[in-house]
Amino acid sequence: MGKVTFTILRFDPEKDKKPHYQDYEVEIRRPGMMVLDGLNQIRWEQDGTLAYRRSCREGVCGSDALNINGVNRLGCITHLEDLKTPVVIQPLPSMPLIKDLIVDLNDFQDKFFLCKPFLIPKKPLPDLEQLQSPEDRRKLDGLYECILCASCSSSCPSYWADPEYLGPSALLNIWRFVVDSRDVGADERLQLLNDRHGVWRCHTILNCIEACPKGLNPTQAIGGLKKALVSAKF
Amino acid sequence: MEMKKPIYHKHDIIIVGAGGAGLRAALEASKGARTGVISQVFPTRSHTVSAQGGIGATLGNVEPDNWYWHMFDTVKGSDYLGDQDAIEYMCQMAPEVVIELEHMGLPFSRLPNGKIYQRMFGGHTSNFGERAVCRSCAAADRTGHAMLHTLYQQCLKNEVHFFSEFHALEILTNNGAVNGVLARDIVHGEFHVFHAKAVLFATGGYSRLYQNTSNAHINTGDGLALTMRAGFPVEDLEFVQFHPTGIYGAGNLITEGVRGEGGYLVNAENERFMVKYAPTIKDLASRDIVSRGIMQEFREGRGVGPKKDHVLLMMDEIDEDIIRERLPGIMELAETFAGVDCTKEPIPVRPTAHYVMGGIPTNRFAEVALGSMDSPEDTVPGFYAAGEAACASVHGANRLGTNSLLDIIVFGKVGGAKMVEYVNSLPDFIPLTESAGDRGRAEVDRLLNANGSERMGSIMQDLRESMDENCGVFRTDESLTKQKEKISELRDRYHNIGLDDRGLTYNLDLIEAVELGHILDIAQVVVEAALARTESRGAHFRDDYPDRDDQNWLKHTMAYLSEDGDVRLDYKPVRLQPLSVESFEPKERVY
Repeated sequence: MGKVTFTILRFDPEKDKKPHYQDYEVEIRRPGMMVLDGLNQIRWEQDGTLAYRRSCREGVCGSDALNINGVNRLGCITHLEDLKTPVVIQPLPSMPLIKDLIVDLNDFQDKFFLCKPFLIPKKPLPDLEQLQSPEDRRKLDGLYECILCASCSSSCPSYWADPEYLGPSALLNIWRFVVDSRDVGADERLQLLNDRHGVWRCHTILNCIEACPKGLNPTQAIGGLKKALVSAKF
Repeated sequence: MEMKKPIYHKHDIIIVGAGGAGLRAALEASKGARTGVISQVFPTRSHTVSAQGGIGATLGNVEPDNWYWHMFDTVKGSDYLGDQDAIEYMCQMAPEVVIELEHMGLPFSRLPNGKIYQRMFGGHTSNFGERAVCRSCAAADRTGHAMLHTLYQQCLKNEVHFFSEFHALEILTNNGAVNGVLARDIVHGEFHVFHAKAVLFATGGYSRLYQNTSNAHINTGDGLALTMRAGFPVEDLEFVQFHPTGIYGAGNLITEGVRGEGGYLVNAENERFMVKYAPTIKDLASRDIVSRGIMQEFREGRGVGPKKDHVLLMMDEIDEDIIRERLPGIMELAETFAGVDCTKEPIPVRPTAHYVMGGIPTNRFAEVALGSMDSPEDTVPGFYAAGEAACASVHGANRLGTNSLLDIIVFGKVGGAKMVEYVNSLPDFIPLTESAGDRGRAEVDRLLNANGSERMGSIMQDLRESMDENCGVFRTDESLTKQKEKISELRDRYHNIGLDDRGLTYNLDLIEAVELGHILDIAQVVVEAALARTESRGAHFRDDYPDRDDQNWLKHTMAYLSEDGDVRLDYKPVRLQPLSVESFEPKERVY
């Protein structure tokens, strides 16, 4: 069924001074093959030294966010037939490179942690569930589905420019709690964001929306946070 | 090559695995003891994230329900191999643990009155099998994702100490007690010894043993292989669940929740065939029954397509709004992996390896417990297991949908609490032996220096394809014997592998080579236990022994692996006595 060329960024910190590109031929063996299937084929059949992260292979675990032909996507749900060839695969931009397609996400994850990403409920809690109307629950749609893949933050020029900027992913995750009708922690969270590394660093460049593989809209979430801050007048 | 000394850590409690069971255990354990969690992947990459349809609990939010009916359904679903004390405990605990998850922030879908939404699911019935009941508490069809993220968030709040991207390689023991784990830092390649008073394994299942599977790449049964290599048995590995609705060609899961919302299956003749196999609850029968029904249709030439090898999951009776609101995840999956707009077209499906009922044997407190037909169960000091890696056994020969998310929460929680009690009663750490960690380090060393001619990828491929062929939904003496020989051949090839990557930094080649060794051990146990069990029960169906045989086989398999790779099979009785109610006697299973 034909072949596709993958041009992959390679870097082995134990051998290489700087990254280089290497070409591989991937055989198209069935319709619907994904970029991850191609990477697996290379590693299992041609070159076992190629390193990348992967797990669920269905777009929900967030392991295999990659820069594919210049756009951040998940390898496991990106169809090869939709891509221009050669398929150029690089690690997520702006993150420290560990090896090949693997980047260090510790800073990204720490920023998520900084934002108090957990429910701060009203006390005392009821004996049964906290009630929430279907309308209020619907406000979490488009937010709770975040898979922490870092596609959005690593596509954001503001995130590249300011190492302390929390970034679209962390901010979307805060908004998920601020709009949760069960949560009373909005004030303490909003205070964390009201500085130059917080929401005001977002200049609505909108890359994050295009980058999100789950179709979420971090810019809109950040807009919500800005509005909440202005009306709360911190 | 001289091995560097491992980096030493000391924690009261070490949990291996950061899926739902591991995180729930960590949350409980960290309230009372210094707890560390080792995970092969960043916690939210764990396979719990893929669970879709819900968690079973008799909240009764939609209609009357009670835990006793849930218990009956679970015992019947298990084909009477489930341990009834553990099942009673789990079903009684279910409402409480689901409410706790809601309090932690899990974004459950809601009913108009604001309570948690519940939907119907396979095998869950009201009044002992009368009709299907709404028992599955769901966050749309992303319940596992919502749960895993909620638990991770709570662990961050409680400052649980994570070691992400650490690969466990050896269970450390001293004189029969477990006192730590050897792991390797995947990013940097260094060995770490985690000295602990208690260790809990929540390392998931091994459905990657099959080519056609719903499972993540990481589900290679590492924890079970390490358990066997430490000299402990594993229980009931022959029972592998094939989920009826995997996407044709890809294997990814389409939740039973689709059928719970009104979806149904048809064959090539457009016939709703499940009515033949389960006249009362039809498409909502338990998974073993539906999967066999589908495979029987294939055998009789009524499969769909040129190869007559799939059926169609019809969704035409579900409103488009309901699909968008309650099944958005499967809409995405159907489009991505089948090219189907499921609001307009059916999804082509076939059974896919999904879940393993067997695992590390435990009692209902998540304490690892050994036993045999003649000797009562006895716990292993310091060793705990929960979730898919464990066998409590609440699922027996066949698990009901929604009972896995329940299992991980109930037994994760109780395991965490029991470990805190145990470590606080133990005055000192049990010292590490001289040779602690040597075996795991030697294995890595051997693989890093292996320069044989065999490629790992091809062995893995052969293993998975042959398991599909010979040890799937239908099994016979002939197919299993053939598979046993195949595995022996693959083991020989494995001893002659060569790795491409000999580096220390993020060596995925090495990780997969270690995993392949693990899953070969497991494959051998699965096949030998299946060969020995000359009956059909739950997910284990033998064409040559099509009936259940309670006289001879109402017992759990306990498999040991010797140093030279031989499997020894032993058995232990089913715990038929529940805690507070009468035992459910084995009966014919009709849905």
